[in-house]
Amino acid sequence: MSAPISARPAGFFRDVQSVAIRALKQLPRDLEFVIPALAVPTFFLIVNIGALQDVANFTSIEIDYKAFQLPVGIVFAVTGISRASALVLDIQDGYFDRLLLTPVSRRALLIGLMVSDFTLVLGLTIPVTALGFAMGVRFPTGPLGVLMFMFMGAAWGVAFTGFPYAIALRTGNPSAVNASFILFFPFAFMTTTFLPLESMTGWLGEVARYNPVTYLLAGLRSLFVGWEAGELVKGMAAILGVAIVSQALAFSALRGRVRQK
Amino acid sequence: MNLIRASALTRRFGDNTAVDSVDISVEPAEIYGFLGPNGAGKSTMVRMLCTLLQPTSGTATIDGLDILKNPGPVRLKIGVALQDASLDPKMTGRELVTTQGRLFGLRPGEIRRRIEELAPLLDMTAFDDLVGTYSGGMRRRLDLAASLVHNPTVLFLDEPTTGLDPPGRLLVWEEIRRLNRELGMTVFLTTQYLDEADELADRVGIIDHGRIVAEGPPSELKRSVGNDVVVIRTNGRRDEVEAALTELDVVDRVDSFDHEIRAVTGNGARALSPIAVALDQAGIAVSELALRTPTLDDVFLEVTGSHLESEEP
Ligand SMILES: Nc1ncnc2c1ncn2[C@@H]1O[C@H](COP(=O)(O)OP(=O)(O)OP(=O)(O)O)[C@@H](O)[C@H]1O
Ligand SMILES: [Mg+2]
Repeated sequence: MSAPISARPAGFFRDVQSVAIRALKQLPRDLEFVIPALAVPTFFLIVNIGALQDVANFTSIEIDYKAFQLPVGIVFAVTGISRASALVLDIQDGYFDRLLLTPVSRRALLIGLMVSDFTLVLGLTIPVTALGFAMGVRFPTGPLGVLMFMFMGAAWGVAFTGFPYAIALRTGNPSAVNASFILFFPFAFMTTTFLPLESMTGWLGEVARYNPVTYLLAGLRSLFVGWEAGELVKGMAAILGVAIVSQALAFSALRGRVRQK
Repeated sequence: MNLIRASALTRRFGDNTAVDSVDISVEPAEIYGFLGPNGAGKSTMVRMLCTLLQPTSGTATIDGLDILKNPGPVRLKIGVALQDASLDPKMTGRELVTTQGRLFGLRPGEIRRRIEELAPLLDMTAFDDLVGTYSGGMRRRLDLAASLVHNPTVLFLDEPTTGLDPPGRLLVWEEIRRLNRELGMTVFLTTQYLDEADELADRVGIIDHGRIVAEGPPSELKRSVGNDVVVIRTNGRRDEVEAALTELDVVDRVDSFDHEIRAVTGNGARALSPIAVALDQAGIAVSELALRTPTLDDVFLEVTGSHLESEEP
């Protein structure tokens, strides 16, 4: 007989790893969440390009309209992707209680999910980027530009996850989480989705100027022109700003949920 | 030292006091049964002791560790199977137990060994199937196994056999006894089944409306009611029956409930025929006259004035 097995804290990184592994194994079982994430951007990409390509010739867009639209496809593919709908089911099924009964680091419960989210959204940027290539979009910034493009897209996806997680943890209500995609609309449409900022006038142009997605899209589009540090830094700052707000909400909701109420 | 100790533990939900100033102490290697009807406060008590729910007032310790000041170390000591099996239907049994082991800091080899040790409890043929395909009984047993992966010192079980078929209940009872006997595990279990508390628990605390109304080993509790109970069923008038019985010396006390009247007596064999004669002389038609030893339900009836409403399986 060897020594009896007994419990000990696993440590923060192993906790994150355990939570992430579980979430990643669930992904193929939750394809109903992933498939729309690819179908929607593909649809928009094709329709937007088809409908607006000719109009775009009258605007100040300096790149090919297909390249102009590809970042929109990425943003549509990754925004709102998260394990929040799975988390809210864990809360309902009581599995979340079972996790709370272990010595797991409470923050790891959320960070582990985000590790899985990052993996998934990075994965989602691949087919969308490939579709762009198939349509003839090219990166003058080379392979590094392609990687940067995918990384920024994925980082944006994770930055946004805080909103659905906050809703899941605050409400414990699956319908509320499902409705959280509405949050995506102002971000996605009150911006330079169809037209460059210079062509947008009136209140919409004003709103777009304050929408972080405007700077994210500008950063992504700059990669079709060349390495423009200023645009990339502004894009990253937009991602970071949204991440700080959304994750502050998510982690404060987590604290509320585990406070042994 | 007491492994579980609660003093004046109280939890209110708004105006509703779910657990009302409960004191308990459970010794090492003891099986303590918390018996009470629906809504008595059993789950609330378990959730507080397991660090999931904050007490409104009072304190509790597990193996000397304060549940509020040291929740982390407490969690290393306890295994918990909550009332509704807390499982994820989209994981397999193996994934679930493995995740549980990892979060308790076990190494892969240790987890494999624990799975082998827990195999009797698990349905190994379905261990790699999704939990969503399991029957209710399989889920309960997987939930129990998941609570045991890390060899806890104290095991909390909230209604561990509710919803199980008779063979499933026996299997769980057997496992609880084995854990207690072979590993000296301390068990705190809640139940609404009299026979479960009677069979398993070394000591029973009867809880009603958040308060402990009686506590002790089942045999002592039952003896406190009396030695024997004569049960009389009749369509006759209750007050007439009570009057006829109270006159008898052999009858210590009469309680009645619906159509059932119970006479508590020191010696059932001797009391039976005087009771029959007395009822006959009073002209009361009896549909059933039976002698039995007291149950925990009699204890509950005595202290609360109502039956322990349990849906016996
Ligand atoms: N989260 C909650 N919010 C409000 N009231 C609650 C909550 N949990 C329990 N209660 C109330 O506290 C009381 C005790 O409930 P509890 O679940 O502890 O009873 P129980 O003995 O476990 O019952 P059962 O046998 O039905 O499981 C009940 O009146 C219940 O309505
Ligand atoms: Mg309960």
